[in-house]
Amino acid sequence: MSLTNISVDKKPEGTIFSPELAARFDKLVTLYPMKRSALIPMLLYAQDEIGYLSDAAIAEIAHRLQLTVLDVRNVLSYYSMLRTRPAGKFNVQVCTNISCMLRGGQELFEHCERQLGIGHKQTTPDGVFSLEEVECIGACSWAPAVQVNYDFHDNLTPETLDAILAEYRSKASQ
Amino acid sequence: MADVTLTVDGKRITAPAGTLLIEACRKAGIEIPAFCYYPGLSLQAACRMCLVRIEKMPKLQTACTTPVAEGMIVATETDEIKQARKSMLELVLANHPLDCPVCDAGGECELQDMTFKYGAGGSKFIDIKNHRDEQQWSPVVFFDRPRCILCYRCVRVCNEGMDVAALGIQQRNASSVIAPNDKTELDCEQCGMCIDICPVGALTSDTYRYKTRPWEMTHIGTICTHCGDGCKTTLGLRRSEDGMQIVRGDNRDKSGLNGDFLCVKGRYAFDFSDSPERLTLPLVRQEDGHFETVSWDVAIKAVARGFREIRDTRGGSSIGVIGSTRITNEENYLLQKFARGTLGTGHIDHHRTTDYVSFIRALGGQKGRFASISDTASAPAVLLIGNDPTEQHPLLAWNLRTNVRQNRTRLYIVNHREIKLTRQAKAFVQIGSDSYAAFASFLSGGDSTAFGESATSLRDALRQEPNLVVIFGSELRGADVETLVKFGLSLPDTKFACLGDYVNSRGAADMGLYPDLLPGYVPVAASGAMQTEYGERFPAQPGMDLASMFEAAGRGQIAGMYIVGDDPVERLGIAPETLRDTFVVVQDMFLTGTAKLADVVLPTASLYEKSGTVTNTYGDLQGVKKAADRAGVRTDLELIVRIADAMGHDVRKLVPFGKGVRADMGQSRGAQSGEADRHAIWLAAHNLEPKLSPFDPNALLDEIQRVVAGYDFDRIDLLAGSSPQVQPASAELVQIAPPSSRPDSIQPSGDTLFTSGTLGHYSEKLNEVQAFQEKKALVAAD
Repeated sequence: MSLTNISVDKKPEGTIFSPELAARFDKLVTLYPMKRSALIPMLLYAQDEIGYLSDAAIAEIAHRLQLTVLDVRNVLSYYSMLRTRPAGKFNVQVCTNISCMLRGGQELFEHCERQLGIGHKQTTPDGVFSLEEVECIGACSWAPAVQVNYDFHDNLTPETLDAILAEYRSKASQ
Repeated sequence: MADVTLTVDGKRITAPAGTLLIEACRKAGIEIPAFCYYPGLSLQAACRMCLVRIEKMPKLQTACTTPVAEGMIVATETDEIKQARKSMLELVLANHPLDCPVCDAGGECELQDMTFKYGAGGSKFIDIKNHRDEQQWSPVVFFDRPRCILCYRCVRVCNEGMDVAALGIQQRNASSVIAPNDKTELDCEQCGMCIDICPVGALTSDTYRYKTRPWEMTHIGTICTHCGDGCKTTLGLRRSEDGMQIVRGDNRDKSGLNGDFLCVKGRYAFDFSDSPERLTLPLVRQEDGHFETVSWDVAIKAVARGFREIRDTRGGSSIGVIGSTRITNEENYLLQKFARGTLGTGHIDHHRTTDYVSFIRALGGQKGRFASISDTASAPAVLLIGNDPTEQHPLLAWNLRTNVRQNRTRLYIVNHREIKLTRQAKAFVQIGSDSYAAFASFLSGGDSTAFGESATSLRDALRQEPNLVVIFGSELRGADVETLVKFGLSLPDTKFACLGDYVNSRGAADMGLYPDLLPGYVPVAASGAMQTEYGERFPAQPGMDLASMFEAAGRGQIAGMYIVGDDPVERLGIAPETLRDTFVVVQDMFLTGTAKLADVVLPTASLYEKSGTVTNTYGDLQGVKKAADRAGVRTDLELIVRIADAMGHDVRKLVPFGKGVRADMGQSRGAQSGEADRHAIWLAAHNLEPKLSPFDPNALLDEIQRVVAGYDFDRIDLLAGSSPQVQPASAELVQIAPPSSRPDSIQPSGDTLFTSGTLGHYSEKLNEVQAFQEKKALVAAD
């Protein structure tokens, strides 16, 4: 028996992604001179579909790009917006960079902590919300701003934010 | 490329265009500090220690990534640069624990040296340092994140040098961390290159961790006792209760033929020498069948009495002698001389792991056709047939990978399995495990289409190679070796290498541990001068090979056996009854299966505890230096001499020591009457002095150099620490009998990266690593 590994990672069978995403990935890998250039978009799309980057998702992406799992992890761990654990249904990202900070971003974040009962990078027990303190999201002109999943909410006060959170909560229960 | 001229620190230097500034400076004697730059690996420019000022360039530049240019004016040591380096070190030390008093690397740490030279004695950082606990990644590799300076050397050597890619880098900036590939463990070849290349104490080895301080050890560079590649390993030694103990094996001294490389065995599998199972007292079997420990005098007398009695009553030919693939050339030479000259037997053999005889025979009369290990790192094209160097010849695998990576060598592989090196191959042809012979004849011509399209195009490509190196494993034997060599010789300037398994497999073959061949592959029938030198007991007929000896012992025809450093009983599964009526003497480090059946067991020194020379499978001869010491044991050389002495044999005739003792002034009668002392004349002609002690291996090396074909290398090469190549296939070689007349007695060891024959059983660390790898393989198979 050979005890040195020839191929580090086993080939996953089938795909864990939706047929649409799988087709999209099939195309993506053909677009660049080097296959691995498709890595970051693939990680993002996979996260959008599954909610986070599971071990199975990482293994499949590694296989599609002929990379090792370690290679994929090296890249994804670099980016704070890529997750390896599930987030809540609504990921509340509060900006506390300079413009938002000056206009009460820090207070907004602390308000969220109190309202949701969770801290940075945590998820509520019901899985509805998760909270994150993030760097600039490019909405300085309308500071303070909060991003929930891909939607922006700007020029906020603790009161307007409460209304927004309530709206999401009711959406979650539908 | 054309040379360019540049000015560094006011000194004009020239370097070939394309050279990196850091290299050009180093060659000109201007040291530029660097952590991340490592010759032969890809560029990183992470550590910023090599910053220099280049005129007309904005900001300081990294000398490790800047190629030299004509007229470039460079300053390497200005106040600005010193300040930059000092600041860089301050950053590097920001999270460094400064646990130097207990760190393994303390005293031989590049970070210590750099801080000492460039300062940063104080720090502006008052924050709490990031801390992570130490992690164990495998039985041999530990990782201490806080000490890591993120130079990425380990990641690159694992990716590029080893082609294993077991290390990665995760997170970013100050949180960056080196990560293993299998969650919290390493799934790799356990070579320990990452530990060796780490400039600080972030990666440490289990065998050495927190054991001692570097300055408390003596460091001896000697040759690894395991596979046939013959890497140099630097042993760190410390005084222990019963001698000098090996506490570390590494490759700090990069002067060996292995350059940067060392594998798991050379690095960790030295612990057999400290095994509690090690024999340190001679054992003699008593009437009641039990072993009794006795003094050396008693044991040697028992051996001498036994052998003399058998020789004088039943004749020398009733004694069989088995040599070793792990003892020195001098010892093996002496052993066969003792067998032929003192015991008077032709029954001498060793554990053959490949067919060197057919190889040497096929190259008979050719000069400059042996590929040395260094050729494998530089040849423009290599054909590898059989073997799996990753498992069996790790240095060869490293050289081939490096050669492909750096010189774009064309590597052609023919194997029955898709071995790991096929990743580097330009062409790979998979054949059946029983088709090697057919493939050899396919190469030499024939329109056979049995191997398909790819094999034909491989053959066509090979025919265009002017400087091919052909390397083959023990899959090819006998006439098939000849067929392959003939094909190689039909191309211009082809060189060859034949892969055998143990550190001195080739040496044992060269030294004539064959029943039918004398040292230098001289057939017994054509012994010539050797016969007269060895004395009147010299057997005129070829003897029996190893397997036949045991068969004969079973029939009662072999009354005595002298087995040195081998365990044929275990290896061949020989039944104990076979040796019931045979007087068996075993020289070994351990009570092996063979030793258990012996009448006398003589505990011997390991290759790390003696001096001499060994020849690797490529014919590179290297000096072995005595490093460790174990009270009680004796070298095989000393034991053979003492047994001969106790048998009443004139030791001066066995080992040429002392002055002018062999000259015959005409007093005697017989073949040598009136002849001058050949050895004294040879010594004088080579400016060598007679050696004073019969236990001096150099005395035997003198004789080996005088009589063994191909061993006429320049002694100064060896003394200077290089590895002269021996070329035994001299033009004067008498034709060796065709292989068809020889029983096929080759038994490849089947060793992997984590086993090493009998010796491997006694290395606890190697066993531990093997168990770890087996567990990983099982998990992977699920």
